[in-house]
Amino acid sequence: MLHIINFAHGSVLMMALYAGYFLFSLFGVDPYVAILILAPLFFCLGYALQRFVIAPISFGKEQNVLLVTLALSIILDNLALFLWTSTTRSIDVSYAENLVDVGVTMVALPRLVALGAAIVIGLLFWLLMTWTDLGKAIRAVARERQGARIVGISVDHIFAMSFGIGTACVAIAACLLLPTFYVTPQVGNAFILIAFTTVVLGGMGSFIGALVAGLLLGIVEALSGILLGESLGQIGIFLIFILVLLFRPTGLFGQRAL
Amino acid sequence: MAVLEVEGVSKRFGGLLAVSEVALRVDSGRITALIGPNGAGKTTLFAIIAGFIPPDRGVVRFDGRDITGMPAHGICRLGLVRTFQIVRPFAGLTVRANIAVGMHLREPVRRRALERAELIARQVGMEAMLDTPAQGLTTAGRKRLELARALATQPKLLLLDEVMAGLVPAEVDEIVAMIRGIRDSGVTVLLIEHVMQAVMSLSDDVYVLNNGRIIAHGAPNEIAANGEVIEAYLGHGAAGRIEARSADA
Amino acid sequence: MKRRGFDAQLLVLLALGLFFLALPQFIHSSFWLGFWTMALFFALLGQSWNVLGGFGGQISFGHAVFFGTGAYMSAVLQVKFGIDAWTSAAVAVGAGALVGAFIGAVSFRYGLRGSYFALVTLAFAEVFRVLVNAWDFTGAGFGMLIALKPGAANLQFVDRVWFYYLILALVAITLAIAWWIEHSRFGAYLIAVREDEDAAQALGINCFRVKLAAITLSAALAALAGIFYMQYFLFVDSHIAYGPAMSINALLAPMIGGMGTVLGPLIGAVALGGLSEFTSAAIGKTPGVNLLAYGILLLIILRFLPNGLMGLFRGRA
Repeated sequence: MLHIINFAHGSVLMMALYAGYFLFSLFGVDPYVAILILAPLFFCLGYALQRFVIAPISFGKEQNVLLVTLALSIILDNLALFLWTSTTRSIDVSYAENLVDVGVTMVALPRLVALGAAIVIGLLFWLLMTWTDLGKAIRAVARERQGARIVGISVDHIFAMSFGIGTACVAIAACLLLPTFYVTPQVGNAFILIAFTTVVLGGMGSFIGALVAGLLLGIVEALSGILLGESLGQIGIFLIFILVLLFRPTGLFGQRAL
Repeated sequence: MAVLEVEGVSKRFGGLLAVSEVALRVDSGRITALIGPNGAGKTTLFAIIAGFIPPDRGVVRFDGRDITGMPAHGICRLGLVRTFQIVRPFAGLTVRANIAVGMHLREPVRRRALERAELIARQVGMEAMLDTPAQGLTTAGRKRLELARALATQPKLLLLDEVMAGLVPAEVDEIVAMIRGIRDSGVTVLLIEHVMQAVMSLSDDVYVLNNGRIIAHGAPNEIAANGEVIEAYLGHGAAGRIEARSADA
Repeated sequence: MKRRGFDAQLLVLLALGLFFLALPQFIHSSFWLGFWTMALFFALLGQSWNVLGGFGGQISFGHAVFFGTGAYMSAVLQVKFGIDAWTSAAVAVGAGALVGAFIGAVSFRYGLRGSYFALVTLAFAEVFRVLVNAWDFTGAGFGMLIALKPGAANLQFVDRVWFYYLILALVAITLAIAWWIEHSRFGAYLIAVREDEDAAQALGINCFRVKLAAITLSAALAALAGIFYMQYFLFVDSHIAYGPAMSINALLAPMIGGMGTVLGPLIGAVALGGLSEFTSAAIGKTPGVNLLAYGILLLIILRFLPNGLMGLFRGRA
């Protein structure tokens, strides 16, 4: 929404995945329960990161934000590599393999939960943006930063709040992913481009867009995996990303770029 | 002899008709002014003439040649150069390097471009600041740099967009003298200006733009007395009130 | 004033040239020879990035796409077609340049700038990585291996010091190119485009063509680095060639050393090499330590020395 490209997003996801993993393997906390712990924790982390690291170092310039978040992602990725090595880990929950009959086919339970959660969160976001003061403040800052300052909105605070919300979402996503996914230090990299593709395809600032794009991309990924084979299939998403940026940078539902 | 001819140019942005059926003509060797209240569409018109925005309709002719829709850099090469209302110096470069970029349009050799940049700087009175970084200049300095850079491209027609905005009267007088000097050296000037005393003393010919339309055209003193122009600036009925007051006096 | 500055830079370059030429005389271990060779390698890669990112202001996050093309093309030509190493190298440089021109034409034609451009380059690098990893012709998951056949004709050297001299020559070429950029009209235009594209356009600069030339040159140099890597290590796979690691390496040296300067990438590469050895000695060779240190250094530079290490020499912090 604020047109900030956060390159460290994938790395934060990776960190959240590790957090969830350790919560499970050391304390036996179920990933879905972990959401309650990690979401607020990562919200605070994100807030602090934006307010006290990213903003001061980048002096607000877009190019610098890109580089600072790149530096952060390098640090986080390699910190993880250093601390936990590149051994792939995954958790084993009893219900990971449970299949649910959705009429047409059988779907793994965790994936269904993830879909449901995505929709719920999308709705919550929409509510947040439209009905709460915070949401209005965020939209104000996105539209007209100086004007927002004049009416007394602390722009730094708003940026940090948005960032925090973003990292909290990432934490939730990580918990939803954990039952069916693996954890390595490199896992974030794969997700960065997918995340950006989703946002760009859906249109910056549009939640419906993000949901629709997410669904579309999921289908594209599956299809290209089937049509092109396991290794080549990964291309699908990247190609879409390139094509969207070139031909329709505002995405499907996006507002015109600044 | 017309250096610039604009005919029937219109441009719409979504619901806003920024420029509507504008026709104007700039004759060689004269200083022509384009005035009008804020938001009238003057800068948009400049952008269209200089090739930054294509018009929806209409024709722009430079030296008799149709340049409508040509890219901005091509138009500059032909000798039509514009400055920006909000100045855009190359912040990280010195004054000399800034001017040299403009100089390079006609001078491929780096060393010579830097030397000739010095001459241009002297012409606008900036020789003391040649090695100052552009971001260290005052507003007046930046305006002059913008002017110097444009001059360095050896234009036939110079489009100046509010080059006097933000200047104190003493600085305005300096720029006015400079512009006269530029005209005398053979460059035709079309300027957008709000500083009225400058417009009146400098220009040979004035066009008035309001809400995207040309509402008046003529010599400066005719324009000053034009009722519609007065209303455009001072509001509905103002012309009548002014006349009534001078009748009373 | 201007003349003094001009001469001082040349003097520094000359002094550095002599230093590096003489260096092998003082090195008696293959370890340190390797260190300096790799430092110069990263200087080459960094300088290629610098042309587009530092001077041109177009930050690329996927420079590996050009590097990898150089490496893979030269390998494929030698291994699959039996073409000699030198010809393969020449063709591979061309291939890199072509990829650069393609990506540049497409990205700049559609007005991609800033973060979007950076991400698109990353996307292209990933596309190439996946392709090369899936295609048997390019060795699929096994990568490409060039047979060990020492001899100058094969661009492989028994005495590793010749690799050092080779990379030194290549770095010298890129330094000359960077110097030329700082003192030519093309360079002035490139820097103007970096500072303000609209203003540049208003002064008659064809921004698209300038950026296209820059990315093509940058790609050719990166491909050169890829070719060197291939001949030096005789092995490359999709992760090494097109992975994010090499892209990050490409931008670290110029960013740390000073973007848009002639010596920045060289200084940055040496600094990073030194930092790497230091962390290895202090903490050990655990994977991740190097890049972790690099990331922290990058953050420090961004905060305190936005002009890179060169900023220290120029009296600007």
